[in-house]
Amino acid sequence: MNGRWSGFNIVSVVVGFTFLYLPIVLLVIYSFNASRLVTVWGGFSTQWYGEMLRNEALLAAASVTFRVALVSATAATVLGTLAAVALTRFMRFRGRLLFSGMVFAPLVMPEVITGLSLLLLFIAIDLDRTIVTVMLAHTTFSMCFVAVVVQSRLVTFDRSLEEAAQDLGCPPLKAFLTVTLPVIAPAVIAGWMLAFTLSLDDLVIASFTSGSGATTLPMRIYSQVRLGVTPEINAVCTVLIALVTTGVVAASILNKRSMVRRERAERMAFDER
Amino acid sequence: MKSLGNIRRSFSPWSDPDARPMIAIRNVTKRFGEFTAVDDLSVDIHAREFFALLGASGCGKSTLLRMLAGFEAPNSGTIVLDGVDLAGIPPHRRPLNMMFQSYALFPHMSVADNVAFGLKQEKMAKGAIAERVGQMLKLVKLDRFAGRKPHQLSGGQRQRVALARALAKQPKVLLLDEPLGALDKKLREETQFELTDLQYDLGLTFVVVTHDQEEAMTMADRIAVMDAGRICQVATPAEVYEAPNSKFVADFIGSINLFDGEVASSQANRTVIAGPDGSVVAEDPIERSPGTSLCFAVRPEKIAVSHEPPAEGTNGIAGEVWDLAYLGDMTIFHVKLASGTVIKASMVNAARSSREVFTYHDRVWLSFSPDAGVVLER
Amino acid sequence: MGAARKWLVIAVPYLWLLVFFLVPFFIVFKISFSTTALSIPPYTPVFEFTEGVAGLVDKARQLTLDNYLWLTQDPLYLRSYLSSVWIAFVSTLLTLLIGYPLAYGMARASRSLRPLLVMLVILPFWTSFLIRVYAWIGILRREGLLNQLLTWLGVIDAPLTIINTNTAVYIGIVYSYLPFMVLPLYAALERMDESLIEAAQDLGCTRLQAFWKITFPLSLPGVVAGSMLVFIPAVGEFVIPDLLGGSETLMIGKTLWVEFFSNRDWPVASAVASILLLILVVPIVLFQHQQSRQSEDGR
Repeated sequence: MNGRWSGFNIVSVVVGFTFLYLPIVLLVIYSFNASRLVTVWGGFSTQWYGEMLRNEALLAAASVTFRVALVSATAATVLGTLAAVALTRFMRFRGRLLFSGMVFAPLVMPEVITGLSLLLLFIAIDLDRTIVTVMLAHTTFSMCFVAVVVQSRLVTFDRSLEEAAQDLGCPPLKAFLTVTLPVIAPAVIAGWMLAFTLSLDDLVIASFTSGSGATTLPMRIYSQVRLGVTPEINAVCTVLIALVTTGVVAASILNKRSMVRRERAERMAFDER
Repeated sequence: MKSLGNIRRSFSPWSDPDARPMIAIRNVTKRFGEFTAVDDLSVDIHAREFFALLGASGCGKSTLLRMLAGFEAPNSGTIVLDGVDLAGIPPHRRPLNMMFQSYALFPHMSVADNVAFGLKQEKMAKGAIAERVGQMLKLVKLDRFAGRKPHQLSGGQRQRVALARALAKQPKVLLLDEPLGALDKKLREETQFELTDLQYDLGLTFVVVTHDQEEAMTMADRIAVMDAGRICQVATPAEVYEAPNSKFVADFIGSINLFDGEVASSQANRTVIAGPDGSVVAEDPIERSPGTSLCFAVRPEKIAVSHEPPAEGTNGIAGEVWDLAYLGDMTIFHVKLASGTVIKASMVNAARSSREVFTYHDRVWLSFSPDAGVVLER
Repeated sequence: MGAARKWLVIAVPYLWLLVFFLVPFFIVFKISFSTTALSIPPYTPVFEFTEGVAGLVDKARQLTLDNYLWLTQDPLYLRSYLSSVWIAFVSTLLTLLIGYPLAYGMARASRSLRPLLVMLVILPFWTSFLIRVYAWIGILRREGLLNQLLTWLGVIDAPLTIINTNTAVYIGIVYSYLPFMVLPLYAALERMDESLIEAAQDLGCTRLQAFWKITFPLSLPGVVAGSMLVFIPAVGEFVIPDLLGGSETLMIGKTLWVEFFSNRDWPVASAVASILLLILVVPIVLFQHQQSRQSEDGR
């Protein structure tokens, strides 16, 4: 669609984005508030960041969270990519309907259900709740997100690339690894990033599946938030937002730059003809 | 039948009964669920031949090509390449290569790496690979572009990279799936000749799939016209055009006029067909039984239009000019007969001012000799 | 690909999902028929596969429907379910009302601007859900920024009570789930051919009529997908009602959490989860059906 941008269109876009961003911006601003009272501006200060860095419980939780996110995102990327390949390449196999159901359902499944059911599973198989169970739980739900992201890339992937590799003497598995995987790599990386942030984010499932000694950052933030708003939490949140935003923006700029370069090259090739 | 000469060169291993074919396809059937894509098809393709599979989309030509490459397995029948049955041999072990319709150039590799890809799979020595890649790129005149990525090339250049990549392994047979489909008209015409020259110079066997009859006529030694999973006719371009074996083939290639009727008499190479617009005398090697429904198929350029009835010995049918179009090099007539049938005729404008001037609703005679067309069953 | 490799590619994720996604549901279902007990785990019977068939049958007799009866007897549960579905429904509608104009505006933006706008919608989705809900506490509190602003503008004399009410929950859900609504809507609207609108206008429609008769019907797949993506998780939402809602906010996710963590009544929590799943089966199947149809259309 490409029409004139009416006044109404502009207003709805501006209002929509203000609604989306204003709370986050305010949160960031108030993390630099000198006053302990979160709602009264007491001048600029970075003291809460210092306080945050001295809070050992918080740092321990952050370390747990990053370990969980790293492991589960990586495992979820492998499993999710396999699931995406299975769904796009094999249109017919026994239980395909159940399989695609299990891939799509976790995307919308209420977290309380996923969390509760996983916990009951771990108890049923007598698995102690540790950081490992959180990793298993996160892998399970984020692999489905990876599968969806990779699948949407795979459906537009030109199968003849892989066939060409085979035609030129490359066995099927090697053809997948040397041709398909590099081409769909951006989607796989995006899937990994998504899985990483989902894990970084999760409170509910982690609360169900983690045991003592494996408190994640969202769990720590949650228990403090319940007691009220503090500038220190604002500071933690700001750091997290900055981290994720930097990652996402950097990734998309890299992506965009390669696209621009590509477009320019295409135009060049066209002129030369 | 008169011999219809091969214009390009005298090369006809298919007429030698002792010649061993390069590819022997025997009773091959391929079904996808309920749909039969290739139906009990047999054909021989000879070494150094440029063989075209021509047909509309869905006729099974691409499926046949993919079975040769090994991407589909036939449900029944055999494919033998140079004496080796290909059944069970996966694509990456088959000594033939394919040029894909989309070219399927690897976007993350340079032109040189694309061309080298197949050679690396063979574990060829590095120096030898570099040398071969250089030769191939020189062959397709892309040596300056070795370091480029596919997206930095124009459509025609990409097509040539795809060709170089497929040729690099020196396959026994090169399969080409709509090789010129993605190019614009002008470039396509140039490339047609480049491809035939290359095939001739390298002495390779080409099997090309196309839906474009002009492309098939220009390039191929023989054309197999396909419909609904079967081959309707395999013959040289001239034979397919001048002596189609069925109404389908006649209609698929070029345009054709059909004079319908029943056999009035048939003897000594001559069949008289009586139709609603008069009788037509046709040269016909087969003796027909009187009363059979037949038609005489005549190409537009074999029919002359005049105000005067033709001389004795030439077929003449009266009609009315319904439409005419002056195209510069020729004039196209649509002449309506008494029965309502509209006949197409085209006359070359050899002289700058024509002797006869035609206009709409003129009563005219269509004339064509008995050997101007072929007798086909209805 | 070879048959063995095909089997492997399917089997690994398949088995993983079976073990960690499907089997747990059956365990939840089974425990929902158990009795609460002061032990670890806090329910009986506990099936031990070492006991043999006779033991299992004997234990199976101890399973009970009591937990489900309990859910019908205490009005809390029924009210929680109804209120969850209602809150999710209203929030979905509100999200659609805010999201549609936004998506429409994005789709009509210039081609060069669109990727940036999409990026801006996706970005909050990447930042923590918990943080975004937390941000609203500071705004909606009695002495929060919204009340400060309204008082300063002279709109109100006394601060409004928004936090700890259902209103705050609506705001929280709409805010958190807006990207889920906007992205499918945008995808549907962006694909649309502007010449369709022009054709409708050429045939005598006003712009508004053209919107209702052409644009909106054609964007319905996006509306359905977006609504499902908001409604289904919102029904089971826990964080938002817990942090923004008040004591009168009844949502089933919160009830389940309390049953499990505070009351340690695992069988009842399991029964609550089983019923919730039952409620959501229809929309989930609908959503899944649409997703797989779309992904196959894309081929």
